[in-house]
Amino acid sequence: MAKIVSLAEAVGDNVRDGDTVAMEGFTHLIPYAAGHEVIRQGRKDLYLVRMTPDILYDQLIGVGAARGMKFSWGGNPGVGSLHRFRDAVENQWPRPLEIEEHSHAAMANAYEAGAANLPFAALRGYIGADLPKVNPNIKSVTCPFTGEVLAAVPAIRPDVTIIHAQRADRKGNVLIEGIVGVQKEAVLAAKRSIVTVEEIVDELNPPSPNSLVLPSWAVTSVAHVPGGAFPSYAHGYYPRSNAFYIGWDEIARDRDSFTAWIKENVLDSRPEDFAKHAGSRPAKAA
Amino acid sequence: MSDFTPTEMMTIAAARALSNDDVCFVGIGAPSAACNVARLTHAPDITLIYESGTVGTKPDVLPLSIGDGELCDTALFTVSVPEMFRYWLQGGRITTGFLGGAQIDRFANLNTTVVGPYDHPKVRLPGGGGAPEIASNCGRIFITMALSKRGFVEKLPFITSMGHGEGGDHRERLGMKTKGPTRVITDLCILEPDPQTKELTVVSIHPGVTREQIVENCGWAIKFADQVIETPAPTDLELTTLRDINARTKKAHQGKKEAA
Repeated sequence: MAKIVSLAEAVGDNVRDGDTVAMEGFTHLIPYAAGHEVIRQGRKDLYLVRMTPDILYDQLIGVGAARGMKFSWGGNPGVGSLHRFRDAVENQWPRPLEIEEHSHAAMANAYEAGAANLPFAALRGYIGADLPKVNPNIKSVTCPFTGEVLAAVPAIRPDVTIIHAQRADRKGNVLIEGIVGVQKEAVLAAKRSIVTVEEIVDELNPPSPNSLVLPSWAVTSVAHVPGGAFPSYAHGYYPRSNAFYIGWDEIARDRDSFTAWIKENVLDSRPEDFAKHAGSRPAKAA
Repeated sequence: MSDFTPTEMMTIAAARALSNDDVCFVGIGAPSAACNVARLTHAPDITLIYESGTVGTKPDVLPLSIGDGELCDTALFTVSVPEMFRYWLQGGRITTGFLGGAQIDRFANLNTTVVGPYDHPKVRLPGGGGAPEIASNCGRIFITMALSKRGFVEKLPFITSMGHGEGGDHRERLGMKTKGPTRVITDLCILEPDPQTKELTVVSIHPGVTREQIVENCGWAIKFADQVIETPAPTDLELTTLRDINARTKKAHQGKKEAA
């Protein structure tokens, strides 16, 4: 059964130095507040996993919390580069970053394999591409029925997966809607999981019987953090701040302005500071 | 409305490549603009799919990211990312992929990974994302990129997604049954692969552009087809549609500079 705890307790209980950590969210529902708590608690030597590391992983890399990263697309969507990620790869600042790079299809399949308790995923992928030449974890497997050669990648099994969702009930069952990304697979693939939510309600009231629900017994910790996905968004609660993503480019370009931003907005800040971004609760969830 | 920019011509020429029957996997940026102009002009029933899981989406403003709420709000349905890549893309349900890139070579292979050696890159780019499998699993691929010596290079430092590989029948030799890149739309001209060699060849030149300009802006000795036509200039409807959606998009994304 999921324990409903504060964000500080959730991170303190579940995230350890050296862990493999997946903070998922495909543009939508990115767990910013939880990522910032990981920075505040000073976790180090983390191995980060995520399909689309964006500003949150730029921040974790920039403060030196990461020793490595497995990913498939590392940019600021629609804006340009992740400057802290680039500085780590190109100049080893603030420390070298070991990278393992895949395609989206391979990462999605690898999470699914992890959730399914399989050792690897097979896909019709990487044909004619150079990534298999630089990533020894992209291998091939021959279909025992047809003889077709397919790409094979190891399952992803994080020590802990962290996601953000719209709401949980008091037992810790979690409802996710909108662009659902790879969150379900990432939680089910992990040993432990943290879900931060916009609100905690008496009844989940899923919009349809087929809504995406993660049951309490498949989640480790749930924390109530309204606005916790900002500057990404929570469908039905508040929109993505595209202006923040555009503005981040200038802050992250320079090491000093980045460090000053982290001090002011993360280290000297609290999870509650996200609440001002939470917006209004939609009528249907009332 | 006779004045238009090269970028506007590129986007409109790319939009014209699409038809009502296309089920199109849309990349962010120029491909997204082109696909939505097509939807708002001659191809109202085109199906647009973004890799975040939105199927049959009809955004009113262009998304900044691949997963803006606008895409989900206006979609027929939204699926998980594993389902998107496994059932819909790998399952062969998508007729057309629309890609851009940092660099391209004469056989329409694309690089969005690194400039310089992989282990010690001069420039670390975002990486492949969905592109490696979009390039091999969609029925055909359109590419849109501005023509420049930096982008159109003799040899790629890294092949993120395969176009026609080494040319000729390379795709077939690797077991691929899809067509690969069939058209590259630039701000100066349109290129298509030669039927035999698969080398990209100029087939259409945009109004007011000279052959010399095209040669000067390409990093390899670019070839022209025997029959080269002039790309029809944008119509009033095409230009108005593109400018309207760009204006709506700019207004929607600027907002308050909250990070600053």
